[in-house]
Amino acid sequence: MTGAPPRPGPPLWLLAELTYRCPLHCVFCFNPVDFARHADELGTADWLRVLREGRALGAVQLGLSGGEPLLRDDLEVIVAEARRLGFYSNLLTSGVGLTRERAHALKQAGLDHVQLSFQDSTREMNDFLSHTRTFELKNRVARLIKDEGWPMVMNVVLHRLNIDHVDRIIAMAHEFGAQTLELANTQYYSWAHLNRDQLLPTHEQLQRAEACVDRWRERVGDRMRLLFVAPDYHEGTAKRCVNGWGSTLLNVAPDGVALPCHTARMLPGAAFPNVRDASLREIWFDSEGFRRYRGTGWMKEPCASCEHKERDLGGCRCQAWLLAGDAQAADPVCRLSPHHALVTEAVARAGSNPGVEHPLVFRDVPNSNRLSRAGTGTPAG
Amino acid sequence: MNDIPTPTVAASTTVPRIGHGLRLQWEEAQSCFVLLYPEGMVKLNQSAGEIMQRIDGQRDVAAIVADLERAFAATGLAPDVLAFLDLAQRQRWVDWTAP
Repeated sequence: MTGAPPRPGPPLWLLAELTYRCPLHCVFCFNPVDFARHADELGTADWLRVLREGRALGAVQLGLSGGEPLLRDDLEVIVAEARRLGFYSNLLTSGVGLTRERAHALKQAGLDHVQLSFQDSTREMNDFLSHTRTFELKNRVARLIKDEGWPMVMNVVLHRLNIDHVDRIIAMAHEFGAQTLELANTQYYSWAHLNRDQLLPTHEQLQRAEACVDRWRERVGDRMRLLFVAPDYHEGTAKRCVNGWGSTLLNVAPDGVALPCHTARMLPGAAFPNVRDASLREIWFDSEGFRRYRGTGWMKEPCASCEHKERDLGGCRCQAWLLAGDAQAADPVCRLSPHHALVTEAVARAGSNPGVEHPLVFRDVPNSNRLSRAGTGTPAG
Repeated sequence: MNDIPTPTVAASTTVPRIGHGLRLQWEEAQSCFVLLYPEGMVKLNQSAGEIMQRIDGQRDVAAIVADLERAFAATGLAPDVLAFLDLAQRQRWVDWTAP
């Protein structure tokens, strides 16, 4: 399995990160730590071209994300073009900026689905972790979503500071009539990686949370789908990154950089291509960036001879870079990785950490500028 | 426990509709019908696609079966269609109002 990477199928998922601007300051944000350096956003015409090129390649699901995509005042235009082209459009939002008028305009433009993210079910925790007072707003936005007839999908990112509230979180989603609740354990890249020692839950916390989710599943049956995304730090097995590098997802960042996953910008090596300079077809099939870790031919040991290599495709390249300092290494969350002790030690520290030794780093422009200058976000950081 | 809805079995008078928030469409790049839902997609095989594309929230199962039998010069398709609809309802691809 060496040589040229396999020719992929279509990029079924097009993720358009419309802006890095965001009114929230979440400590687990997966936007790049140096996002403030990439403020040169694509214009409307560029986005409409990206949609047309993506659809022609066979993309069918469209994620409209950010930052906070509602901060783009051309969102309705983008949604309308997406609908005309036959995309199923998903708006991934904190809900800040969604008025009744805007919700109605987006519905008229053809938006298919709104995924509303919450930080927690209790206002105090919600405000603490997102650093603004947003909980009442989200209650209101949840009602707007129902009133427009959109499927109600809620997303809560779990970590040590909120995972013990999971029963209340599920109760809230049930009360709102959510069809689906995604309980996504934090993935430790970018801002979450900076804050990892405060955010990693203990094994005991995870077990309690999973037991709670199981009780709710028995109670609500298939009325509300409960997705519990297990954290790879605690499992000892690597997961496929976005279903395989350059296999399914094509992410376009706010400044037009095309990425095989939303955190790949941090990786060393040549710069990823930009949609201002190349078509999506060239980017998807021919660019070095999308071919770099496609398939299994790039692998080193222990992955190269591993029986699981086709299942997990070596795991996450960003995690290998962040933890092992080598983007071609086995994902250190895998117990077969020579760097696995870095992960088990971090989880063990979560259980013994008596208190917070340094403050949480909130995702905002001053911190981004400071950390960009300091070079944090690389393995040396 | 007590808030699980009781599924009703499809009958010839059932009028199915595509599930809430889902969209059925033909995908040229994949040469098949797909069912789109929030952040996901199901590729339908040919017979599932033929049944699903006849579901419009107006026609009952008897009419859908008759149309399929005409289109494929076949008879006795009703059991297959009913079995598919029961499966599809469990997946929430389709829905109908209980009689």
